[in-house]
This record gives sequence, C-alpha cells and structure tokens, in this order.
Amino acid sequence: MLRTFTGVVMAGWLAVFASVPAIADDPPPVKLNSTADHTKFKELNGPFKSGPEVTKACLSCHTEAARQVHRTKHWTWEFMNPENKQKLGKKNVINNFCISIPSNYAACTACHVGYGWKDKDFDFAREENVDCLVCHDTTGVYSKPPGLAGNPVVGAPIELPPGSGKMIKPVDLAKVAQKIGKTSRDTCGACHFSGGGGDGVKHGDMDTSLAAPDAAVDIHMDAAGLDFTCGTCHKTSSHDVPGSRYTPTAQDKGGAHIRGKDEKQRNPATCVACHDNAPHKKAKESARLNHHANKVACQTCHIPAFARGGIPTKMVWDWSTAGKVDKDGKQFSKKDAKGHVVYASHKGDFVLGENVKPEYRWFNGEITYTLLGDKIEKGDKPTQINRIGGSPTDGKSLIWPMKIMRGKQPYDPVNKTLVTPHTAGNDDTGYWKNLNWEKAIETGMKNSGAPFSGKVDFVETEMYWPTTHMVAPKDKAVGCDECHAKEGRLKGIDGVYMPVQHNNKLVDAVGWMLVFLTLLGVLGHGALRIISGKKS
Amino acid sequence: MSEKIYIFKKFERFWHWSQAGLIMFLMLTAFDIHGTYTIFGFEKAVAYHTNAAWTLVGLWVFAIFWHLTTGEWKQYIPTTEKVVAMIKYYLSGIFRNAPHPFRQTTLRKHNPLQRLAYLGVLLFISPLIWITGWLYLFYDHWAAWGLGKLSLEWVATGHTIGAFLMLIFLIAHVYLITAGATLTSHLKAMITGWEEIH
Repeated sequence: MLRTFTGVVMAGWLAVFASVPAIADDPPPVKLNSTADHTKFKELNGPFKSGPEVTKACLSCHTEAARQVHRTKHWTWEFMNPENKQKLGKKNVINNFCISIPSNYAACTACHVGYGWKDKDFDFAREENVDCLVCHDTTGVYSKPPGLAGNPVVGAPIELPPGSGKMIKPVDLAKVAQKIGKTSRDTCGACHFSGGGGDGVKHGDMDTSLAAPDAAVDIHMDAAGLDFTCGTCHKTSSHDVPGSRYTPTAQDKGGAHIRGKDEKQRNPATCVACHDNAPHKKAKESARLNHHANKVACQTCHIPAFARGGIPTKMVWDWSTAGKVDKDGKQFSKKDAKGHVVYASHKGDFVLGENVKPEYRWFNGEITYTLLGDKIEKGDKPTQINRIGGSPTDGKSLIWPMKIMRGKQPYDPVNKTLVTPHTAGNDDTGYWKNLNWEKAIETGMKNSGAPFSGKVDFVETEMYWPTTHMVAPKDKAVGCDECHAKEGRLKGIDGVYMPVQHNNKLVDAVGWMLVFLTLLGVLGHGALRIISGKKS
Repeated sequence: MSEKIYIFKKFERFWHWSQAGLIMFLMLTAFDIHGTYTIFGFEKAVAYHTNAAWTLVGLWVFAIFWHLTTGEWKQYIPTTEKVVAMIKYYLSGIFRNAPHPFRQTTLRKHNPLQRLAYLGVLLFISPLIWITGWLYLFYDHWAAWGLGKLSLEWVATGHTIGAFLMLIFLIAHVYLITAGATLTSHLKAMITGWEEIH
C-alpha cells in the first residue's frame, strides 16, 4: 500500500515536471528507445491482481493490439498449411519430444501468449486473455511457470508443483507493465530457446546461449557486434511474426529486397532477403561460391554445427524405457558427466549432442506431418513425424542442413496411429506422476477425441528440423574439403556431380588398368633388355 | 667412337623441363582432387591445379610462338617411313643390340614413332584435357555463356579420361628415355642439347 502511494506521488511529480516547460531545452544525451514512457501512464500504476487486468490497461490505448494477436499462430496455435491443407499448429501436431498438447494444456500453455488456456474450452475471443507482457517485458522478472495455464504467479508465493517444496515468487505486474518495450532475444527466447521442455532441447540451433552470444555462436546476434534481435530478421508488423516451420522458405530466388517491399509475399527472414542470391563478393572464389548457392542453402556452409553455445540439444528421446523406478519404488534420474539428465523415469532415455554436424537433405520447403489418425506401420523404417519434400530436379530445392530428431514413442498397435498421452498433470492418469501408459493414453486420446484400443507399443520415429540459426563467422564456414572428400558431409546426396563422391567407376577401373598394363609393359620390356644385354 | 649432334636448343629444353614439371605437378594435384589420395586436400589441390594449369597455358603461348617462328613445328608432321622398322626395333632389335633404325639429325630429331605419339598427344589428349579443363574451370559461367545444357559429370569424366591417357603417355615416355644409343643418351640430350649417336 505504502509502495503504491509512493508510486502515485512519484508519478505525480513526474507529471508536474513533464508539464513545466524545460528551461534548458537540450535533447536527451542518448537515443530514447520509445516515444512513450510507460511509467508516466496512470493506467499502468496498478496494482494488478492478474494478467488480464494488465492487458485491459494496455488495450485502453492500444485498442487493436489484441485483435492483431488473435489472428496469429502465436495465439491460435493453429495453422492451416495452404499447400496440403493439413491442420497444423502446436495444438494439432504430434512430435517426438513431449509428444502433444491436448490434455496437457495447463503445462504447455506456459508458452502461450495468453492467460488461462487450461483446457480445450479456452475462450480465444476474449481480448484480455492476450498476454502482452510475455513478449514485451524488459525487466526479465516476468515468467509463466508450467502448470498455471499461462498465468504468472501474482500475490502470494505458491508451491509448484504442489508438494514439491519449490516456492515460486510472485511478479509485480505493475513494475513489469511500466517497463514494457520492444521484444528481445530474451522475450522470444523465453519460449523458443526452451522448445521441447528445456534449454536447447528441441531445435539445436536455438538455446539460451543466443541470449547474449559472441560472434562465434551467432555472427548476427553477436552481443558485442551486430547485436541483432530475433525481430531484426523476423521483421514483424501487426504482431504477425514472419517465418514459419510449417511452410519454410527453402529457396528464395527473389534477391535482396528493401524492407517493406513485397512484404506480403516475401519472407523477410531468409538469408537472401538481405544478402542477395549472389552474396559472395570479396572471397577469392566468389563466382564458384555463388554458383554453389544455386544448389546449396546458405545454412549448409555457414552453420558448420548446431548446439555450438555450450548447451546440448536432445538428439534421441526413447520413451520406451520410461517407467523404471528405484528399489523404493520412486522415480529417479541419471546424469552424464556434465550434469545433464540422460535418463528420467518419467521420460525415458536421452542422447544429447553438442557441436553436432547436421545431416543434409534436398529440401523444397514442403513438410507433411503425420497427424493423429493417420495410419502408421511399425517396420524397418522409422515413422516420419514430418516428411520433407525435395529433389535435385524440382527447381525448388536446395541442400539443407537438418537436425533429425530420432526417438521411440508410444503408439496404438491395433488402430495403428500415433497417440497423444496425458503426461503433465497432478492427477490419477498423468504419465509423469503415475508411470502408467494405458491410463495416460486413454485420458489423452479421450481429450483429443480419438479412438484408443487400450494396447500400447512403441514405434521409432524421426522428425526433421531444418537448421537456420547460429550462423557462424565467415572464416568458420564449412570448407571445401569437408564435402569434397570420400566421407564428406554430403555423402549420399544425389543430383549434383561432386568429384570424389561421384567419380565414374568404369573410367576409373579401365584407366587404372591401362596405367597398370603400361607400367607392366615398360617394366617387362626393360627387364628383357637387361636380360638380353647380359647374354650378349 | 660415337658422334654428337646438337638437337635441343636452349628454349626447347627449358620448355620441355618446365612442362614436364608442371604436368607432373598437375598429375599429382589431379588425383588428389579425384580423391585417389589426399596430399593437399580438395580445396588446396584445386587452387594449385588451377594455378599450374594457367602457368602451363602461358608456357604454351611461348612454345607455340617459338615453334611457328622457328619452323620447328615441322618436326611433328607424321610420316609412315620407318614406322614398321621402329616397331620391329622396339619388339626385337633392341634386345639384340641391333642398330637403331632411325638416325637423328637436327632437322629430324624425333623418330617416326615419336612423331606419331607426340602428334597424338597434340591432337587428341591435349585438346581433350584443355577443352574439358577450361570448361571445368569456368563451370560457374556456363549458363551465362549459353552452355547451361552441358553436363558437369560428362566434362569431369572427359577430363579424367584425359588425365589417365596423359599418365599412360608419361610412363611410356619416361621409359623410352632409356631406349637411346645408350641408357642415358636421350636424357643427356634433353639436358645439354647434345645427343650421342652411333
């Protein structure tokens, strides 16, 4: 109360100062980041008892902001792929990390740009359900712990998860609201660095090392250099962030383009959007390198490895080994030498990787997901969680670096479908608490409205993650020899002629045979001359 | 007592040895690029191979000029005269210390088989290597030159065939250095210019 009072007085004084014409009318010594000082707005004085209260205050000036957000997939978690009409988005896809969201909303929606999405009845139409702070916070204190359906802790500290003894401190929403600003690597990263449920887990090319990276980790985001934010490339207007993992731009033939031009048609977050289609100008072999760019994505040479910032990414997640308990019947976990979890009772086995060389594939930007209800077969080949399109001859593909996430996950062997288990949740069926697949899947599938036979088996899966972040400095780009070698990086890639990799075997065989015969001939001739010379 | 004639002039000897060095270096880097072994690695091997190739081009400009202005190009006009005799000599005579069927002179310094072999190199192996090599070198410009339909694989394979043929020529050539009047007479001739003949 006292604090609020002081705040009001302070704000009052500020208002007085602001209204008195300044005598010395010098401009401020540093650039002001914003045209509005939000500490001056009485609407943001608070106190706020909940997130939606803050949003109402925001909307009193930014009247259309929530309606802008409502149109985006950050809000809907739905995306209709215009090419193959698949209904995607976080709400609908199944992956081979934590698998799926329905029935786990309260945990997963900690990363929703909204408040209160705890089940499938969430009201997407309410404007005050939009969370402005999660993207616009500049204090770093705002956070939304899993389990609260996207709400921050307000008022009194709470124990989370209940019974864990871990207390989470409340956030002073007024303070955060008064300090709001542009999005930053930290705000985007709050969710995107931790995709898959932890730092670096999912992407491999995004983790907290990008919060303040050096040039070696990311030449563009280099905090002491170019200092790009996510928004520098993902140039956003109307709250609609460009760039997509569902319909990525695999090949941008349009050359460099001025910001704002063709904004509706073009993805501003491609390399080409700034660097053009013939970006090598100073290098010794510019023409040859530019020519490579007709077949090879920029990322292939300029991201020599992912997970380069010292934080490992998950490469394999085997759910089939989950469920083991120690001799007291309790869940346990195992860590590697660096202290990273490699087994957990509730999740199974992990294989982690740092500085991972990507795998390479022809990729044209088309991605088809295996969705709930799609028939799958357990066979020699892993089930593709997402299938990528691409070929050397379709005119749309480039050779791209990929993180290929591999794993084993539960499926229904009778109905032959993937399943959406109920994992998170402090209840009788959540797998993470109860370690019972049948119950967890039954709850989850019911929530998804999908049939479940009651039988559980595990199927190997693969999921493609095109690598595009963590661009290295140019002197760290992949050298010629790394591909042009017998065991080169592009081994197995068809459709391009690469010396060493694609030598004509017949020419080699006949060539060496003739060389050998010639050698034999001259040696034989020479030997005969020596022998006959001795005789005479 | 054998006599000596002066058959290889100073420029010719310089041309021969620098060309020999370049070709052997090109061969070394070629099969590195080809992946037969790794000495320099692809990137450096390509750079060295390219530089050596351009140096050889420069050398050839001088050599062609020299051959045209001195009339020495006539040394490569093929002849059928004594070809059979030469073949017979290499197949049998040489083992019996039979006299060499060809007598070198300053105006006819190559024996008929040599003429044929060099002409073959000049008319077949060299064009194959040069044309495919240049195309390979300017691969990045094919589309701009209207050669977009060309297959890199075919060009590269042609270049490789040229390399094998050149290697085979080199082996035979090096061996036949020893088939002069004495084991070393041809070698000495190419070093000093003076050939010992019977």
